[in-house]
Amino acid sequence: MKILVCVKQVPQKDAPLKLNESGTWIREDVSYEVNEPDAFALEEALRQKEKHGGEVVAITAGPARAQQVLREALAKGADRAIHLEDPGFVGLDAFNTARAFAAAIKDEKFDLIFTGLQSDDYGFAQTGVILADLMGWPHATIIMQIEKSDGGIKVKRELEAGYFQFVEMPLPAVLTIQSGINKLRYATLIGIKQAKNKPLRKVTLAEVQSAIGANLQKIERMYIPQKTKKTEYLEGSPGEIAKKLVDKLRNEIRVL
Amino acid sequence: MATTSSAPGASISGGSFLLEARPPEEIFTPEDFSEQHVLIAQTAEEFAQKEIIPNIEKMERKDFSVTRDLLKKAGDLGLSGVEIPEIYGGMELDKVSAAVIADHIAKYAGFATTWGGHTGIGTLPLVYFGNDEQKKKYLPKLAAGEIVGAYALSEASSGSDALNCRSRAALSSDGKHYVLNGEKMWITNAGFADLFTVFAKVDGEKFTAFLVERNFPGFSIGAEEHKMGIRGSSTCPIILNDCKVPVENVLGEIGRGHIIAFNILNIGRFKLGAMCVGGARESLNNAIGYAKQRKAFKKVIADFGLVREKLANMAMLIYVGESLVFRTVGMMDAALAAIDKSAADSDKKTLKAIEEYAVECSIIKVWASEMLDYVVDETLQIYAGYGFVEEYPAERAYRDARINRIFEGTNEINRLIITGFLLKRAMGGQLALMPAIKQLMDEVLSGPSSGEEIEGVLAEEQKLVVSAKKLGLFAAGAATQKYMMQIEQQQEVMGAIADMVIEVYAMESVLLRTMKIASAQGETAAAVPIAMTRVYLSQAMDKIESAARKIIADVADGDTLRTQMAILRRLAKHDPVNTIELRQQIAEKVIERGRYGLS
Repeated sequence: MKILVCVKQVPQKDAPLKLNESGTWIREDVSYEVNEPDAFALEEALRQKEKHGGEVVAITAGPARAQQVLREALAKGADRAIHLEDPGFVGLDAFNTARAFAAAIKDEKFDLIFTGLQSDDYGFAQTGVILADLMGWPHATIIMQIEKSDGGIKVKRELEAGYFQFVEMPLPAVLTIQSGINKLRYATLIGIKQAKNKPLRKVTLAEVQSAIGANLQKIERMYIPQKTKKTEYLEGSPGEIAKKLVDKLRNEIRVL
Repeated sequence: MATTSSAPGASISGGSFLLEARPPEEIFTPEDFSEQHVLIAQTAEEFAQKEIIPNIEKMERKDFSVTRDLLKKAGDLGLSGVEIPEIYGGMELDKVSAAVIADHIAKYAGFATTWGGHTGIGTLPLVYFGNDEQKKKYLPKLAAGEIVGAYALSEASSGSDALNCRSRAALSSDGKHYVLNGEKMWITNAGFADLFTVFAKVDGEKFTAFLVERNFPGFSIGAEEHKMGIRGSSTCPIILNDCKVPVENVLGEIGRGHIIAFNILNIGRFKLGAMCVGGARESLNNAIGYAKQRKAFKKVIADFGLVREKLANMAMLIYVGESLVFRTVGMMDAALAAIDKSAADSDKKTLKAIEEYAVECSIIKVWASEMLDYVVDETLQIYAGYGFVEEYPAERAYRDARINRIFEGTNEINRLIITGFLLKRAMGGQLALMPAIKQLMDEVLSGPSSGEEIEGVLAEEQKLVVSAKKLGLFAAGAATQKYMMQIEQQQEVMGAIADMVIEVYAMESVLLRTMKIASAQGETAAAVPIAMTRVYLSQAMDKIESAARKIIADVADGDTLRTQMAILRRLAKHDPVNTIELRQQIAEKVIERGRYGLS
């Protein structure tokens, strides 16, 4: 199976975020890492390749710094990588990102495309689904398990309240992968060394410009929510505290 | 002092930092890590977080099956073979990679000691001195963590003076074996290691290294020591009782064991420094976490000035430590890159290239181990009562740190090495120390000069480094003039010179790193590194001045003393910086970040 994995570089989980000057996104001077669900998507692709053979290709869109996530994918075992390299890719909405990816891979023939369920920064959870539509392929989201079947694949989707759904679908298809589907591997030092010599194709913004249009989705304003709630500690003996609490619930909040 | 520039990658001679100023772009810093270094750091970090930290309690209880499993896992990942050639199953990577891994593995000193003993002193004697047969036989298994290495040099009555060892070796009558007798002490990994590099004197005089397998007849292990710290590591004596070692297991040449003994310790020191930096970072991160949640007087203690001052100091020292370690390994890598690996004498050249930076490596060892002791001490202080009980990480880190000032050459021995090596080079003409001292004295005697004008970011600090070097040269000059060749007998003076040299190297390394950051990212983005640099330089200058004063008071008296002190004061003259305000700025950043970090 030939699998494409979409990987995004996002701010590190514990990075202190600051708004940019226009208040539309965060300042970029933070540390970055691989989007967590994408790491699981990559791992799943590598496992599928180990079982069924084929090729794993990692793709990302972003400035030069984003190349690090592709090197990481290559170090873990991806065969090659595609980097849509331009700072302009950062501001694209999910529709345009999907269109850019579709344009970049138009000459390739993949059996499967994996994305993480959503990105840890924008959290749209749309890129994979839109990409499937652009490709004219079926898709399934929140995938917890993938098995090859005669005509295609059988996947397990996570629903709410502990329910799962099993879906059979033909190939090619797009799957968005849930975190925790597998156990992530380490990039071994030998893998890291080999990654240096694996092919990494660069795609410029100009090459895919004709495929994308104006963003349909736009962040008007981002702000840090004002603290409106205040915690008050009631003091005294348990009896006194209970009395004060009842009084507050009855007379201030009026729920009793 | 003129700025000396050489082509990137060209090797810089060891100790020359005292005499020459280097441009920032020439030094290697953590900001220069390649994609590969970043990935290696990530793997080492994940390994520490997922494999080492969850197993700390078991290892503290000396469940060495866990330790061996982890060594195997580290081997599988390639973390243990960085310095082993590819043809012997290693990764054959640069020293920056080795330092990066050591830094991250150091989160738990118990395992770090084990791993360091295995991959460093346990494996490198073979890498650099083994013959092809020996390397083929042992290195792939050592790299994979299938067998564990150890190094047996010290004895009950010989530590720093290892050449005085009592262990003996004699050739058997059939000429097939050496028969070893004696006892070695403080052997890291001894409890479970498989291969030991053991030093003994052939016929009672020829100091020689042997590769001794655990199951050789006559070899046995004594009881585990009950140690103050690094309890997760194994330390035992080994006993050689007519231990039969095949002649093919002689490592290097008979009677040339001292070359191995000293070089291997030399090589290990930069990694010990990297580990101290990693351990300090872990300690600081714990301290920040605790200070942000512990409340007193209805405020978190991270809001209090005296706690913030500690956090700022710790972060600053870690930043300086990184600067020192990576500047040095960067220089080593540049020198090593010039060596043709396929040449027959490549091992010799490699050793020579590493030995070139013996002073820098000793500086790192001393500076970083003392820095770590400060950091774990202040971390414990921030935890206060909770720091004093075993349930919290501060207590263990405090105990674990202490050994770093002792092993791999005590800090006292290393201070003597630093000054001794520089003086030896100066006498031998490899280092133009004496002309520099003379030039300085001429300059001083010709009266106050305006000096070179330095402008731009950190201009005052650049001047401070120039002054620090002059003070160092001035004091060293005065001391050598008084004691001449007998200076080696004056350990306190040698130590004080070393203190100055250490601080000069630290000051310059952090200054150059920050200048490099500022020119790449702009002064605003570099605000915290700049603050750290200003505080550190100011405090280091005080130390240098104090050490110089101590030396001058010893070597001069009467009118000479007064003249010398006047010179000293002139050289040390600088305006104080507002370290309280700068430390607040540093503390603000690390507290907001929740852990050590520059961005």
